[in-house]
Amino acid sequence: MLRQIEGSRAVAETVALCRPEVVCAYPISPQTHIIEAVGAMVKAGDLTPCEFINVESEFAAMSVAIGASATGARAYTATASQGLLFMMEAVYNAAGLGLPIVMTLANRAIGAPINIWNDHSDAMAVRDSGWIQLFAETNQEAADLHVQAFRLAEELSVPVMVCMDGFILTHAVEGVDILDQSFVDSFLPPYEPRQVLDTSDPVSIGAMVGPEAFEEVRYLAHLRQLDALERIPLIAKEFAEATGRESGGLVRSYRTDDADIIIVALGSVLGTIKDAVDIRREAGERVGVVGITSFRPFPGRAVHEALSHARQVVIVEKAFSLGSGGVLSTDVAMAMQGTPLTLRTVIAGLGGRSITRRSLEKLIEAAGRDELEGLTFLDLDNGAVERERARMSATRRSGPSAENLLRDRGTVSSVKAKEEV
Amino acid sequence: MEIPFAITLDVGTSRANHTGSWRVERPVYVDRMPPCNDACPAGENIQGWLYEAESGNYEAAWRKLVEENPIPAIMGRVCFHPCETACNRVQVDEAVGINAVERFLGDLAIEKGWDLPPVGTDTGKRILVVGAGPAGLSATYHLRRLGHQVRLVDSAPQLGGMMRYGIPAYRLPREVLDAEIARIVAMGVEVELGHVVHDIDQERREGGFDAVFLAVGAQLGKRVNIPAGDSSHIIDAVSFLHQVADDDPPLLGRRVVIYGGGDTAFDAARTARRLGATDAVIVYRRNRERMGASGEELEQALGEGITVRWLSTVNKFEGDRIVLEKMELNAEGFPEPTGEFEELDADSLVLALGQDTDLSLLDQASDVTVEDGAVEVQASMMAGASGIFAGGDAVPADRTATVAVGHGKKAAHGIDDFVMGRIPAQKDRHELATFDRLNTWYYADAPRTKRPELEKIRRQTNFEEVIGGLHEDNALFEARRCLSCGNCFECDNCFGVCPDNAVIKLGPSQRYQFDYDFCKGCGICVKECPCGAIEMVPERI
Amino acid sequence: MTTQPVHFYQIGSFAVGNRLLSDDERTVQSNLDRTNSIDSGHRACQGCGEALGARYALDAAMRATNGQIVAVNATGCLEVFSTPYPETSWRIPWLHSLFGNAPAVATGVAAALRVKGNRDVRVVAQAGDGGTVDIGFGCLSGMFERNDDVLFICYDNEGYMNTGVQRSAATPPAARTATTEVVGPEPGNIFGQGKDLPRIAMAHDIPYVATATVADLHDLERKVERAMELHGARYLHVLVPCPLGWGSASNETIHIARLAKESGLFPVFEAENGKVTSVSKIRRQVPVEDYLSIQRRFAHLFGKNPRPDVVAHIQEMADQNIARYGLVDEDADSKEMAE
Repeated sequence: MLRQIEGSRAVAETVALCRPEVVCAYPISPQTHIIEAVGAMVKAGDLTPCEFINVESEFAAMSVAIGASATGARAYTATASQGLLFMMEAVYNAAGLGLPIVMTLANRAIGAPINIWNDHSDAMAVRDSGWIQLFAETNQEAADLHVQAFRLAEELSVPVMVCMDGFILTHAVEGVDILDQSFVDSFLPPYEPRQVLDTSDPVSIGAMVGPEAFEEVRYLAHLRQLDALERIPLIAKEFAEATGRESGGLVRSYRTDDADIIIVALGSVLGTIKDAVDIRREAGERVGVVGITSFRPFPGRAVHEALSHARQVVIVEKAFSLGSGGVLSTDVAMAMQGTPLTLRTVIAGLGGRSITRRSLEKLIEAAGRDELEGLTFLDLDNGAVERERARMSATRRSGPSAENLLRDRGTVSSVKAKEEV
Repeated sequence: MEIPFAITLDVGTSRANHTGSWRVERPVYVDRMPPCNDACPAGENIQGWLYEAESGNYEAAWRKLVEENPIPAIMGRVCFHPCETACNRVQVDEAVGINAVERFLGDLAIEKGWDLPPVGTDTGKRILVVGAGPAGLSATYHLRRLGHQVRLVDSAPQLGGMMRYGIPAYRLPREVLDAEIARIVAMGVEVELGHVVHDIDQERREGGFDAVFLAVGAQLGKRVNIPAGDSSHIIDAVSFLHQVADDDPPLLGRRVVIYGGGDTAFDAARTARRLGATDAVIVYRRNRERMGASGEELEQALGEGITVRWLSTVNKFEGDRIVLEKMELNAEGFPEPTGEFEELDADSLVLALGQDTDLSLLDQASDVTVEDGAVEVQASMMAGASGIFAGGDAVPADRTATVAVGHGKKAAHGIDDFVMGRIPAQKDRHELATFDRLNTWYYADAPRTKRPELEKIRRQTNFEEVIGGLHEDNALFEARRCLSCGNCFECDNCFGVCPDNAVIKLGPSQRYQFDYDFCKGCGICVKECPCGAIEMVPERI
Repeated sequence: MTTQPVHFYQIGSFAVGNRLLSDDERTVQSNLDRTNSIDSGHRACQGCGEALGARYALDAAMRATNGQIVAVNATGCLEVFSTPYPETSWRIPWLHSLFGNAPAVATGVAAALRVKGNRDVRVVAQAGDGGTVDIGFGCLSGMFERNDDVLFICYDNEGYMNTGVQRSAATPPAARTATTEVVGPEPGNIFGQGKDLPRIAMAHDIPYVATATVADLHDLERKVERAMELHGARYLHVLVPCPLGWGSASNETIHIARLAKESGLFPVFEAENGKVTSVSKIRRQVPVEDYLSIQRRFAHLFGKNPRPDVVAHIQEMADQNIARYGLVDEDADSKEMAE
């Protein structure tokens, strides 16, 4: 049923339809509305049977999910940024043990400096953990992906995280079609664990594996991810046939058939990019967009197919690897090996900085003129950066850069600024 | 369930890892000799029969007991219980009341009419046993079990030896004595009473005996020269007690002095009191620490109003006065006269100064050596090489009924080997279960029960038994105080304390086995075995 | 406690079993049918107190629940020596996740059982002292606060033994570990640090808190049984000597645990809802020297440069425990009678 609903709420209600049995979470912006909504549903008896547990940290949250999942319960949690890092050990652990936990990651920047707004650095931090990572472009897709995520996770015994941009999606109110219970029930059968703690058939889960078998274990996990590459499109197809809309899948192309330049991105920024693409198209530019939905497993072949006919690929990403460059770009570059493609990385939207349609249009223009450098930072305040660099080289004790930049902006009291100068 | 590779493992897979290969030493179960068994002159398996008694299997306990000693009801009253002195429990709280439990079992057997073990298949051999005291009766019992025919002779009109004629009825009731003797005789023994053997070789030839056991005891009371008047009534304790036992007590008057410090002196004193003496005074030339009688005897005697003059000797006995000379101990601990005298009123003097043997029956026996009034014997109790055996008070050894019982058993086996033409088998003794090998933490604290004692007054006018026995509750309690030194009593400690689950419990009465596939040799089992029945030995590498 | 002589069974209530007692009066360990929750073939050191304590506790839990327990184990000695691929010595359903999350994982297991309507299967979480008082502390406190239906057992060997004997908050003062070496003016661990987890647990007012040692099996089993009668968060702290880390002979494990209790250094007691309900009295008190002198981790207090001042300080700690919990009967003659 179509409703005007906050993104978090839409996710919460859809998750509830998936009949999770154990929900545990620790509050962190911008995930709070999701778990609050689920918690209220459980407390009111609308979501039952379900145990909602207020845990004392994110580490505990993922641990509770691990225990629950290993006991055969469908487990769900949500987090972001710092919380994800705090549960990092457990995130790897869940994947290593092959537990089909589903988690919503409300993408948010990682500090220091502390920043509660959206970027993809948190998701990138766990990309090697063995979790499947699906990126939602819209709130509709965010809601729908959770249903597919449970199905996928439980089929493969691999945990899945659904990434949705913090605040941009989570706190946006728009029309979302909430599925009905009977459909979800038919799409998502009850959880049948591959391995479970059972007093009538005891096993020891979580052995110590040494050099003689560790590599094989890892490889087997990798193969399961590759299996996911098969399953994801099929599940998305099944979903599309039943609902009439596209949600999920590996990649989604927009106006790429004859594109010269293709922009690649993850998440909600795709909407803005498509708007910019439309405008540039009108101006005669042959430009298209490829949105990657399944970031892990990385759909190398699908990406290759989607991009190989272009001349230039511009990867707009909301994360980067300090001292190196783009993260998504590296995966794309691997997928495009052997092609004469030009790859350009644009880092944008870090810490929630708005990515405007106008900036994107300029970006596309610059790309069209082959003026883009290998690595660019969209809308970077070069002046502020120069001034800070000057300060740092002038005196050893130049102070924390973040504060200096803010002061430079005039955001902090000018009394201090006077002292400085 | 179909489990993921390596991350998840199936039950039981660790048993493929034989950690036994880690060991440098391994535990083994051992049986060690409990000190009580070791100390018992009769060789009883005390720990063994206490083990049975603990679970209330009194008949089984009694049967184990009489394997070695056929007269427990008697021994439970007169034995000086060296087992209790040796008992390791002394170092925890007090010795186990082994003697009291033995008596309980003996009395119970009489009450229930339990039979002694059966007589062995007839061997056709005939053995002569001279003397029906504890040595002779014990030998008779064991010989009958071995299947030999026995002729038991005694110079007295009744069987029992010193048990009847030396030990007063208040210490050893006649019904008990008679019952246990009768049981032995009922095994088919030719008995001849009132028969004195003058020449053992002749007696043997005439009777066609394959071997002879001399258990003639030491029945002659020692006498010393005490200047006395004609009317002075002096009697030796042995004769005194004998006459009392014959129901023909001599008249000693109201004031009796007993000279000597051994058990016999006390028996005489306490008997004198029962016969009506108002004063019974023991005169002993040394002090309390040196006297031969047991502490119990002294305690009971004092409780009955008997007084003791320590460090005194009898100088002379004139009319109705005895003159005592005071002694003092010199540097070496020997009493020396002080020249100080004291007078006591006395109607009679009983001499309890020790006993001598009468071994004239051996005068003609060629290869038997008699020295210092005792027959020299080997470990098998054989004197010489021709089948004459001797034991009890007649041989050099401590003179107690228990030792005598032990001799009787040894002699019976020695005779058995001799008449059947066997070389005696060498028996290895287990190592002693010393206190340091025990882990006494596991034994609950419990002091020994006290045997009830008759009220002192009642005691003095009749010959009722002074020390009553235990009844079942406290006999059980007492038996269960046994630490079972050196012998597994299935406490399950080893089975429980092994961190590697490497002890296999075989079942009730079957004890345990080590699973050497997994035992790492840590030694906790050895340390926590309460009775010290496990030991570490170096691993064979 | 009855003192009727006819019930006096020679070795009373101290030994593992007793042929004179009926099965249900003996310990679980004396029973041929005991689960052997941790079975042979594990790689614990010779004489490991933790291997023993784990079997004791879990077998008792198995009996108390008719074989319906699930165990969650933290990383540590117990986990490592029991499940090195391809061998596991666990005979019960068992899950190992991470070092610091055993209480939280157990919460999850309990929640799953509850949501499935399974009232029979009970959850036991277990960790060493490191995984309980240090890295697991946050999760433990959270589990206590929520009163999740988990019995948490801490096997305390007073250090991070699996990684090579490093100090934890449970390491006693003056003890030598690899990170509190016997050098400098204050050799060994520092006085004044450390956490009293049992009391912290009591401060959470959870239904049941108890301490025990591997030296008193009857007591330990009874406490596990009692814990399993209750629901909600329960905590059991078991002292398990480590021959390797403590520098003691492998056969002394139980003896040392006994001395820890008898000296007063390790008080053995039970508490419910924050109040002490019973205390296991010291039977034959010993001075702390008897306990300390047989462990090489305290060797520097004796020998060539003895530190009687440190030993006296430790004795003070023991005396404080005795006073606080009433571990010694005022009546000097009293001795424990067998049950």
